[in-house]
Amino acid sequence: MKNLMIAALLCATPAMAENVNGLRTVDEFDSIEAEGERSVALFEEMMVVIEHPRCSNCHPVDNSPRQGDDMRMHQPPVVRGAADFGAPGMRCTTCHSEENVAFETGEGSIPGHDPWNLAPISMGWIGKSASEICAQLKDPERNGGKSLAELHEHNAEDGLVGWGWEPGKGRTPAPGSQKVFGELTQAWIDTGAACPSS
Amino acid sequence: MTKMNRRGFLTSSAGLVIGLSLPIAARAQSGAALAFESDGTEGTFAPNAFVRVAPDDTVTVMIKHIEFGQGPYTGLSTLVAEELDADWSQMRAEAAPADAVYKNLAFGMQGTGGSTAMANSYMQMRKAGAAARAMLVAAAAEEWGVDGSEITVSKGVISHGDKTSAFGALAEKAAQQTVPEDPTVKTADQFVLIGQDLPKLDTVAKSNGTATFSMDLYRDGMKTVVVAHAPKFGGAVASFDDSAALKVPGVEAVHQIPQGIAVYATSTFAAIKGRNALDIQWDDSNAETRSTDAIFEAFSEAAAQGGQDAEMIGNGAADIDGAAQVIEAEFRFPYLAHAPMEPLDGLIEYSEGKAEVWMGSQFPGLDHPAVANVLSLEPANVRVNVMLAGGSFGRRAQDTAHFANELAEVAKAAGPGTYKLVWTREDDLHGGYYRPLTVHKMRAGLAEDGTLTGWEDVVVNQSIMAGGPMAQMMQDGMDPTSYEGSTKMPYDLAHARTGWAQMESPVSVLWWRSVGHSHTGYATEVFLDMVLEAQGKDPVQGRLDLLKSDMTRDRGVLEKVAEMAGWDGEKVKGDKGYGVALHESFSTYVAQIAEVSDVDGMPKVHRVWCAVDCGVAVNPNVIRAQMEGGVGFGLGTVLFDEITLADGGEVQQSNFDTYRMLRIHEMPEVTVEIIQSDADPTGVGEPGLPPIGPAVANAWRALTGETGTTLPFAKKTGA
Amino acid sequence: MATFDLNGKEVTVDVPDDTPLLWVLRDEMQMTGTKFGCGVAQCGACTVMLNGMTRRSCVTPISMVDGSSVTTIEGMDGPETKAVQAAWESLDVPQCGWCQSGQVMSASALLREIPKPTDEDIDNAMAGNICRCATYVRIRKAIHDAADSLEG
Repeated sequence: MKNLMIAALLCATPAMAENVNGLRTVDEFDSIEAEGERSVALFEEMMVVIEHPRCSNCHPVDNSPRQGDDMRMHQPPVVRGAADFGAPGMRCTTCHSEENVAFETGEGSIPGHDPWNLAPISMGWIGKSASEICAQLKDPERNGGKSLAELHEHNAEDGLVGWGWEPGKGRTPAPGSQKVFGELTQAWIDTGAACPSS
Repeated sequence: MTKMNRRGFLTSSAGLVIGLSLPIAARAQSGAALAFESDGTEGTFAPNAFVRVAPDDTVTVMIKHIEFGQGPYTGLSTLVAEELDADWSQMRAEAAPADAVYKNLAFGMQGTGGSTAMANSYMQMRKAGAAARAMLVAAAAEEWGVDGSEITVSKGVISHGDKTSAFGALAEKAAQQTVPEDPTVKTADQFVLIGQDLPKLDTVAKSNGTATFSMDLYRDGMKTVVVAHAPKFGGAVASFDDSAALKVPGVEAVHQIPQGIAVYATSTFAAIKGRNALDIQWDDSNAETRSTDAIFEAFSEAAAQGGQDAEMIGNGAADIDGAAQVIEAEFRFPYLAHAPMEPLDGLIEYSEGKAEVWMGSQFPGLDHPAVANVLSLEPANVRVNVMLAGGSFGRRAQDTAHFANELAEVAKAAGPGTYKLVWTREDDLHGGYYRPLTVHKMRAGLAEDGTLTGWEDVVVNQSIMAGGPMAQMMQDGMDPTSYEGSTKMPYDLAHARTGWAQMESPVSVLWWRSVGHSHTGYATEVFLDMVLEAQGKDPVQGRLDLLKSDMTRDRGVLEKVAEMAGWDGEKVKGDKGYGVALHESFSTYVAQIAEVSDVDGMPKVHRVWCAVDCGVAVNPNVIRAQMEGGVGFGLGTVLFDEITLADGGEVQQSNFDTYRMLRIHEMPEVTVEIIQSDADPTGVGEPGLPPIGPAVANAWRALTGETGTTLPFAKKTGA
Repeated sequence: MATFDLNGKEVTVDVPDDTPLLWVLRDEMQMTGTKFGCGVAQCGACTVMLNGMTRRSCVTPISMVDGSSVTTIEGMDGPETKAVQAAWESLDVPQCGWCQSGQVMSASALLREIPKPTDEDIDNAMAGNICRCATYVRIRKAIHDAADSLEG
């Protein structure tokens, strides 16, 4: 439903820069006066990216990544392994390399980036609510010891995060751009990094 | 452990060649092979023979059946070695080329299928070995000046008193002996090698990467070719633009052939990229445009009409409708691809007036004339070399010789040269020749006291035989491969009818491991479980009670598997369900019990017990391997596999991500027992498959109450 | 153009950068132990060692291999591979044989890291290698046997 609304918005106002590939920019939230409310709204916009299959597929709460826009189980079956990098004998790099590689058939590609691995299980998102994910993101115990500034840097600069917008042939990119996602993250932090109640 | 030596047969220059138990006429027909072999080499080494003893003591057996894992290299060599009293370490296997002398005695033409390799070769290969032994003994008698009857042979050593000789030293003298017309073979109690777990002759090469398949062949100047086929069945090229394809580095030519557009390149990758760059307009006016959902609906409607009688027993289905209880089920079986791990491929050397082909030919007797026909060559000037093949499961047994035709067309379009034609996995899964999509509409009537008043199985599918050269084997328009296994059931059903409705579609169909039994075994054994449950009977005892009195081998495997699994009538124990199935196919009897649990709505199979009666167990190790493989192949199929057509007719599966193979973590433990028997041996390549699906489905039904009527199981869960 | 170490020997190939290593090995080097099964990293038949780790050569552009070390089935001679191949032979694991080079590569890699693998370790390492003949019962047993022989 949200996507439909966004599509409608895009069609109605093609010249507006406030919406980049289905992701609203920070200034779109300026009209929300209460800072806490604005912060929550900014986070909910971040969720558009977080919940996108390009991002969520490698943030499972179990031991298997997902694939595709339908978030099906990864084929061939693979496991997280001790280092979130696959099992001895079949690491992520058995198939994934430092860049996306087009299949020889000319259709589709195998995604790649250096590094290529699963998010740690403490950073799992699939099936969790915005409120749960928000709390988890802010918790250094679960976010890999990151301060909010470091979290911003991760969202705005990290190459593997950025892969979500350049996912290779045959794959829908994440909404918006890493730049907008980083700006949303910064604005959310600047407004108190408030979390949705549900 | 011995190592296979592929070239040994042709390069050795002396020794004993035995080509016996062959009518003289068969030798005369072998010109196709002789034409190439007689060129500069001694005619005696033309491969119109089965056994060759070389001066270095190796014994090479020419194997007339293609080796793709089911074990004929080992099994047929065992027969020869047994009668020859050879030592297993001196045995070698070599693939026989296309030649009438190598015909399948069950088919009348050279080919492998129907699990006939062992059955039709059993006496032929033993007599070949026995004749070689007799001639070696005669040679020794002559050499030593003793009476042949006093000579013994054991483990490759010929002995008399203190004189001994290995085979090689006597080979030339043996070649001069008279070929015995009907050599005596051993009685079963004299077997030394038959019945032993002899190591397979092809294992070492297949464990270190040196086994050579047709895709592994390279020639100087060879072009690799891929062909763009119509994306819809029955489609044809309307027009094409190859200008972009020809700009791909390495692409040398593009030609239209009857099968599509062929791209010729200096490497496989260049050929594939060239094909990607083709712009082809397709004419779909004669194409199948229905979805498989729509095809199922049409087949289901036909099933309701009852079809033609394939078998009538007693009153047939007449007394079902009025019965106190009517049990009904409609089973739906999808199109299935064979998906051998080595996709179809082959090499052809075409020069003025002759051609030589290397391919995993399962029907050399049809592929050979097909190549000759396309290239307008005398059959004697065409040689087809049968290569090891990376699996088949029926896919290479092409009654239409479609791959050999395509390979020959590739050569014909480009002119003299060497071409390797390669199908990709996408070509394989999109390429048709599927197990026919099939509907079984089943009904049974029970009287008040539970007596069966009638049983009906209406089978609806396309015919494999119709429209091809096998059509002449159909009688009264009936194709038994469509419903085999639904007829001639071992049970005393008293009143039963099997109907068959033949359907048409441009989607090509072919025998797929166990052919009709791949669906009839499932439909009959799952439905029987439903009937037995309605009668309040135990699945094992109920079957035993229902078996005809003379079905002793069915009874034997069923009793054995119940004993192996410790069957006690409890179909559910804790979180596990247990199911049984019994099915004979290709004269081999197999019963299986599966132990199944429910993991996220899908059956997880933990253990399978399997009892098999295939007559004399020539190599128990190979038999166990084929049962294990049949279980795994069949299990993956019922759990995951279907080829579907979208509305419009395009195949929706392209590779192993969407056409899922069983993987190691999904493989159950399999325990196999082989019934001791002195009956003539029968095949094991296919019969292990039919029971696993219904055994799993019956366990699943016991556990969950759900009947798996629509395959695969994954269709239900989307897993 | 790419230069790399192949089974201990430096080789240079002049092919387009996007050519998969699989086709370089087969079509250019005629080293055919590495098999084509799917082309999309689903089946494992094309498995090689790239800098000591398992790698599906069908999705490895040759440009990525430049300066690396590649070992194919033809060049595998460590104790783990010897033990795996001995166990493969003693149990007669292969049927059609097409997938088995890849199976041996993955099993060898597993044993290098986990000398005494559990069934779960075997599942995790080997689930990417399809065997259409379903020789899995014997693959599992052979890996355990190979581990035992390395220990003994």
